Amino acid sequence: MSYLEIIRQPWPWYVAGPLIGLTVPTLLLIGNKSFGISSSLRHICAACLPANISFFNYNWKKEAWNLFFVAGVLLGGFVATYFLSNPSAFTVAPATEATLRSYGIHDFSGLMPADLFATGNLFTLKGLVFFVIGGLLVGFGTRYAGGCTSGHAIMGLSNLQWPSLVATCCFMVGGFTMTHLILPYIFKLVN
Amino acid sequence: MQAEPLIKEITPTGQAAVCDAPNNTKKTEGRLSNLKYLIVGLLFGVVFVKGEIISWFRIQEMFRLDSFYMYGVIGSAVVVGMVSVFLIKRFGIKTIQGETVHIAPKKFNKGQVYGGLIFGLGWALTGACPGPIFAQIGSGFLVVGVTLLSAVAGTWLYGYFRDQLPH
Repeated sequence: MSYLEIIRQPWPWYVAGPLIGLTVPTLLLIGNKSFGISSSLRHICAACLPANISFFNYNWKKEAWNLFFVAGVLLGGFVATYFLSNPSAFTVAPATEATLRSYGIHDFSGLMPADLFATGNLFTLKGLVFFVIGGLLVGFGTRYAGGCTSGHAIMGLSNLQWPSLVATCCFMVGGFTMTHLILPYIFKLVN
Repeated sequence: MQAEPLIKEITPTGQAAVCDAPNNTKKTEGRLSNLKYLIVGLLFGVVFVKGEIISWFRIQEMFRLDSFYMYGVIGSAVVVGMVSVFLIKRFGIKTIQGETVHIAPKKFNKGQVYGGLIFGLGWALTGACPGPIFAQIGSGFLVVGVTLLSAVAGTWLYGYFRDQLPH
């Protein structure tokens, strides 16, 4: 198998995980930057609509590196999908697939369920719940918590910060609650 | 010499807090130097897609305990991060600009609990934390652009209601 063919296969966790972990020392050593992504959302607010809110009145240009970083993540998504895409079929754990089928998800061929993340769903109840409300919870929650999976779970835990451990546990509790207690009702509602 | 955090703000409790992903360089960097963050971000985005971390299905598998995969990813990322930070501190490794590495400590406040729970709910709905949102858009799931706009709006709402929220 050529290198390109190997790279195009899905990467196992013990490759993807350590590479994500290496982002921490890379950012620290190339410019004393602490890894964190949700801050970019705050910088976008500060740049576009500070509206005299003290939380958004700071020199966001000094933090522009973070915006370059997330622009890079977006480009990386493009490069990986259009030049290094996996030639074989995407697989989902059978138990998850069975449960999701009972909720009315039928397309398991892509990274994202086409039953939900389709442009046609934009102005439907599905779109309102999965894009609009979901996005609001992510943006509001990460800023309220002072970080997301990258800032707390990876950067914070790497630096042995116990508040980040609290935050990470709460992320998981929130996710389990949504998945097991709320999502079944949401699927009943939108289908 | 300790680098002073550049973003300071007063929290509702009156303590000075820093931005959670602060720029701790003392020297002002040129505009072009931002390109290196673009390149690191690009590589990071490739890992996100090739590791299938941007997948809504992988997040569902994680919360349904049907697959070890995401736990392996996050766990090994944390271990590598921890060892790196330990080595940087232990050997006083300097940045390429020759500065001492500075990492702002995280201060506890109740927001980490309330905000954490709220983000968790959104994470399971959207199948994305902020990083993967950007990679999903780049991967051609343009509808996620709406999720991104909503996330920016959510961040703005937090800023607007910040003083009324328990911290």
